[in-house]
Amino acid sequence: MLAPVIQISPLAKIRRHRELPAPGKVVVRQGQKVEALDIIAETILAPEHIMLNIARSLNVTTEKADELIQRAAGETINKGDLIAGPVGLAKRVVRAPRSGRIVVAGDGLVLMQVNSTPYEVHAGMPGAVTDLIPDRGAVVEATGALVQGVWGNAQTEFGLMQVKMKSPDDQLTTDHLDMSQRGSIILGGYCGDGRVFQKAAEIPLRGLILTSMDSALIPFAQKAPFPILVLEGFGFHPLNAISYNVLVTNNGREISLNAEALDHYKGIRPEIVIPLGASREPEDSSLSVEDFAPGHKIHLVRAPHAGKTGTIASLFHEPIRFPSGIRALGADIILSNDQHVTVPLANLERVA
Amino acid sequence: MTSSVVSTDSILAIDIGSITTRVSLFDVVGERYRFIASGSAPTTIAPPFSDIREGIARAIHQLQDITGRVLIGADGALLIPSHPDGTGIDAVAATLSAGPEIKIVAVGLLEDVSLESARNLAATTYAIVTEVVSLNDRRKQDARIDAILRVRPDLVIVAGGIEGGATQSVRKLLEAVGLACFLTPRSQRPQVLFAGNSAIHEEAKESITPIADLHIAPNIRPDIHTEQLTPAQVALSKIFKKARAQQMFGVSDLDQWASGRLMPASTAFGRIVRFLSHIYDPLKGVFGVDVGASSTTIAAALKGKLAMRVFPQLGLGTKLENLLKYISVEQIAYWLADEIPKSSIRDYLYNKAAHPASLPATEEEMALEQALARQIMRAAVAQMMTSLPFEIKGSGGGGLPWLEPILASGRVLSHAPKPGQSLLMLLDGLQPTGITTVILDQNDLLASLGAAAEINPLMVVQVLESHAFLNLGAVIAPVGRARRGTPVIRVQATFEDGSETKTEVKFGAIEVMPLPSGQSAQLHLHPLHRFDVGLGGPGRGGRVRVVGGSLGIIIDARGRPLQLPSDPELRSESLKRWIWALGN
Repeated sequence: MLAPVIQISPLAKIRRHRELPAPGKVVVRQGQKVEALDIIAETILAPEHIMLNIARSLNVTTEKADELIQRAAGETINKGDLIAGPVGLAKRVVRAPRSGRIVVAGDGLVLMQVNSTPYEVHAGMPGAVTDLIPDRGAVVEATGALVQGVWGNAQTEFGLMQVKMKSPDDQLTTDHLDMSQRGSIILGGYCGDGRVFQKAAEIPLRGLILTSMDSALIPFAQKAPFPILVLEGFGFHPLNAISYNVLVTNNGREISLNAEALDHYKGIRPEIVIPLGASREPEDSSLSVEDFAPGHKIHLVRAPHAGKTGTIASLFHEPIRFPSGIRALGADIILSNDQHVTVPLANLERVA
Repeated sequence: MTSSVVSTDSILAIDIGSITTRVSLFDVVGERYRFIASGSAPTTIAPPFSDIREGIARAIHQLQDITGRVLIGADGALLIPSHPDGTGIDAVAATLSAGPEIKIVAVGLLEDVSLESARNLAATTYAIVTEVVSLNDRRKQDARIDAILRVRPDLVIVAGGIEGGATQSVRKLLEAVGLACFLTPRSQRPQVLFAGNSAIHEEAKESITPIADLHIAPNIRPDIHTEQLTPAQVALSKIFKKARAQQMFGVSDLDQWASGRLMPASTAFGRIVRFLSHIYDPLKGVFGVDVGASSTTIAAALKGKLAMRVFPQLGLGTKLENLLKYISVEQIAYWLADEIPKSSIRDYLYNKAAHPASLPATEEEMALEQALARQIMRAAVAQMMTSLPFEIKGSGGGGLPWLEPILASGRVLSHAPKPGQSLLMLLDGLQPTGITTVILDQNDLLASLGAAAEINPLMVVQVLESHAFLNLGAVIAPVGRARRGTPVIRVQATFEDGSETKTEVKFGAIEVMPLPSGQSAQLHLHPLHRFDVGLGGPGRGGRVRVVGGSLGIIIDARGRPLQLPSDPELRSESLKRWIWALGN
């Protein structure tokens, strides 16, 4: 069975497509070095338009209005610029109510798109632009440690990571947060208290990485003014040993916290990138495609072993019955503590 | 209904689900069409493949390993047609449910007339209406244009104007649609389906065709009282295919293998339900439910008329995180025999959404998954049955009207550990009434057969009659209210060997009378206390012949709507008793 992959690595080559959801302008060039917060591409996602009824405003026929329109489609205009007229004794005119661009002019009407804030796609990690994606974005490549999670509140940040976990099953409370952490990203454990977000915003923190979280806090996490990334899932789960080691080893380093929302169809997972120099270029493990096999390092995603890591000792080639009663293909797993457990293959991710 | 005259066409059905890609082989065995075997593999929409063909190839390779039949040539291409040496297949049927919802803007004149019909049309496929524009939304034209642009739709459905009715107002709405399309980058422009007043067809062509792909369908609201969705559904299927081809690699090839017959799995599912409504009791409707990972589909048909609805918000996979907008944790907990903290139920929903392909490995998670399936079906049925465009007889009493058979599809049902669990989920979730038969799509074939019906209807009939489907049993569900423990129906069964058995079932109980699959029995039903079993009115009984299934004859005397005791201990006790009654 094809093994889904979770990327947890102390050193990896990381390639990420940074693309706009709609066509726009790519503002980087191939080979360019970028920082995490640099803009890769931008577009107007929610354009605002104003329709000016010239015929009615000038009290003339449609044909006459077309004669009086002074601007053509494509022209840039500033607020107050003349659009149509003058006409009549009073020299009536129509002026631009806001700055923008004329998109349609004719039939007695002018449709203008007003200037609005563009939507930006950022590099998300310090690295180099290796490929351009016309009208959409670019591929950014970096070398560093990588830890993926399962949930993010759709925000990204870059900053110094401070580890506030003493063990993989630690919990994060308001007592762990203080003003000395201002501007940093905190790695905490399980969070079951919404006041943690409030205090984090007051300090303010630049981001939060949680092992797991009470799902009741999701609405609050979505409104938090900083990125929040959940590594294992909801309800209390200790952090898997591999991620814990990678993150604790890099305490005090600058990290990219890409708390993107999980998107199964696009293959997007929230993740932490820790830029690291490397004497030898590591391999890009994200592209490897393998069926589950003995020896694979794996991450277990469902009860009763959710959040644990281990190694596949052997695979069952016929479906076996599990305590729930289902029959499914499974594997014998040796957990980090040498315990053997039997798990459905569907509940495993290969650690790459 | 059957015929021994068969052509020799073999069919490979390919179904691309959001989690699993399944290929099923049908061929002639002993003068009749049979389901031979199926292979499956994870669907490969996402990176690193980003191409559905990889999942298809893997599933076919598994099918080849199972059957020993070569379906793919040395060049990696499907062998179509079959060769005299038995390799290859003659035709491909293809269905697709995977992918994000199609984003639709519904445009109509009046909220509760044409706009409602546009919404109903959208609900027949894997779509979500992200914006509505109507005459009475009071926005200026520029605000309407921005509203359409903001949601970046895949499709705009324009309805409005009954035949011989308004044209000027529809023109105004079309103008907004045209401008919104014009202002969208060419590669992102939505498709436009015009299904309004036919007097504007030419103008719609003139104004939209130069800008965007325009599809024209007969008016979905030809008069104020009539809604006619079926012809527009054909156009919608085409649009769905086109939208998916833009979103996913491999869809165009799949459509080509299927000779242009690739269709949404929901459409194919609806087609099979409609097909069966021509065959079964014309006084009853046929009902189908498919609880999938990305959506739930409900279809009901009577004498060839179909009502169908897809609920993309009610899936058992990735949509779970949105599910709580439609059903509550309390409603899920209602179906649990053993108490699970509400916080754990909510956590479970989010964890499952993060790993939609994962399986419940513990008893607790299985109970949760099945409780969820029950509530998903309750929610879907409640929405569907209030808006049926035709009348199906039966009091319902808060449950389904008289429908037979009930077809059930979807992994949570078809792969439940025991048939009794599948049946109990269906009895609780759908709450059928009267006399019916419940058929389980244990090989997940229904949508594939719906797609194959166009190629070979005889094959569909013969496979439906085969053991590819599991008859769970005949269900007798009298409707009425009584005190718990009051006898509400007496049943006397006379079996083929002449033996007889009698039982009296009390309100609140489920009883099972063994009747092996394929054997029939004559039942004499005596409803008590004016309970209605569908034999002519409350309190009226009679004789009826039923065919046994894997669970025999099931008398569900729990009343409709099914009301569980409010006391948690009593509720737990009842739930456990019913699970026990069905052999779990």
